[in-house]
Amino acid sequence: MTRTIHLTLDINGQRHELDVEPRVTLLDALREHLGLTGTKKGCDQGQCGACTCHVDGKRVLSCLTLAAQAEGRQVTTIEGLAGPNGELHPVQSAFIEHDAFQCGYCTPGQIMSAVACIREGHAGSDEEIREYMSGNLCRCGAYNSIVTAVREAAEMA
Amino acid sequence: MKGFSYLRAASAEEASRAAQQAGAMLLAGGTTLLDLAKCGVTEPDTVVDITRLAGLDTINVGEGGLTIGALATMSAVADHPEVKAQFPAIAQSLSLAASAQLRNMATIGGNLLQRTRCAYFRDPQAFPACNKRNPGSGCSALGGVTRNHAVLGTSEKCIASYPGDLAVALAAFDAVVDLGTRQVPVDDFFLPYGEAPERETLLQPGEIIRGITVPASVAARQSVYLKVRDRQSYEFAAASAAVGLELEADGRTVRDIRVALGGVATKPWRALAVEQALIGKALDADLVRSASRLSMEGAVSYGDNAYKIELAPRVVARAILQLAPSLGDLA
Repeated sequence: MTRTIHLTLDINGQRHELDVEPRVTLLDALREHLGLTGTKKGCDQGQCGACTCHVDGKRVLSCLTLAAQAEGRQVTTIEGLAGPNGELHPVQSAFIEHDAFQCGYCTPGQIMSAVACIREGHAGSDEEIREYMSGNLCRCGAYNSIVTAVREAAEMA
Repeated sequence: MKGFSYLRAASAEEASRAAQQAGAMLLAGGTTLLDLAKCGVTEPDTVVDITRLAGLDTINVGEGGLTIGALATMSAVADHPEVKAQFPAIAQSLSLAASAQLRNMATIGGNLLQRTRCAYFRDPQAFPACNKRNPGSGCSALGGVTRNHAVLGTSEKCIASYPGDLAVALAAFDAVVDLGTRQVPVDDFFLPYGEAPERETLLQPGEIIRGITVPASVAARQSVYLKVRDRQSYEFAAASAAVGLELEADGRTVRDIRVALGGVATKPWRALAVEQALIGKALDADLVRSASRLSMEGAVSYGDNAYKIELAPRVVARAILQLAPSLGDLA
């Protein structure tokens, strides 16, 4: 058993203190230690994108990020996307509007990735959206609706 | 994933000292280290986080060439306007690799050091024999499913392929790896897995990649990275080529050409024979195709991967012809 380390994490603008083993990933810290279960564990190996969240505004895979690496950074998860009164982020609204999910398990990762994709300026065409969203797998195969939702949200942004 | 202790290095010297200890491993983007730790392939006792080291994430394009700090991310380099303009093959090799999330995490130094995707290497429980993990234990890939394995630089000890894209572009344009106390050409930095599979680079314990420099050249400015793969995106190369081409004023005669291959070899594979066959020659499509075949000199197939010997020269030829617009529809 390795000694635990004390971490202070900034998640969705809130400060959290926790004691964890160094091997704990940001994903497990969010889900198992802080009760933020919106971020999903799919492959847990950097291949599916379900665990996508933002660190300092950039989309990353929380399953391949140690919680310790996120210290001093601003972490945003799907729980931090809606406005202060619960109003949905435009990408969230677009996903509902266009039925851009079926089982919904990949959806938080898809939405976090889409928000960043639009912010990066990589949502200029369907082709570009498909390329820059390729790190988010959807085993239900809702890709056509996901592309439509991202495109519409990008056009409104 | 086995437990480990965590050290956030405050200086390169501290990181270097810590990394010399047995069982210590450096952590940058984490996309290889944590992946392999979860597979049980790497089991560090101590993880030395170097991501807070200052001044190692710069990207500079000057008259002499390109300098990239080891901690610059793949996405930062891929999206850098001057890299895209002056070293298109390098920018393309990065934007065609991994996914947007992984490119935001993975660093340039770590990218060079990514490990093979050999399925036998990555699964120690099911396949204990692997000369790369455990020298002398044998190679489980021989006689197995070898579709993604190398055809160049292999031996009966190891047929794993080097998976990276960036290093292929770097090999084509004579990049140099900055290790702080010494500068090593990329082609020397990587060792073919076939000889001593457990040793993949010239790195000594405690040595840390500080950055990469790439000399400016016309060929680097007129370059392309062509990647052929099973999926359109987010996939390793079945075969890839980094090619740079400088033509004489006649628009046809080769003044300088650089060719390197990925996805087919145990290290980023510079194809000097192809270059030598084309320098000083007037290009035509047939010549390009026959010269490209020289890239497969010494290639050995292991069954499922035989297609690469046919595919790779075609990828090389297509990349060269893409860069020679004067040849019109010959491409």
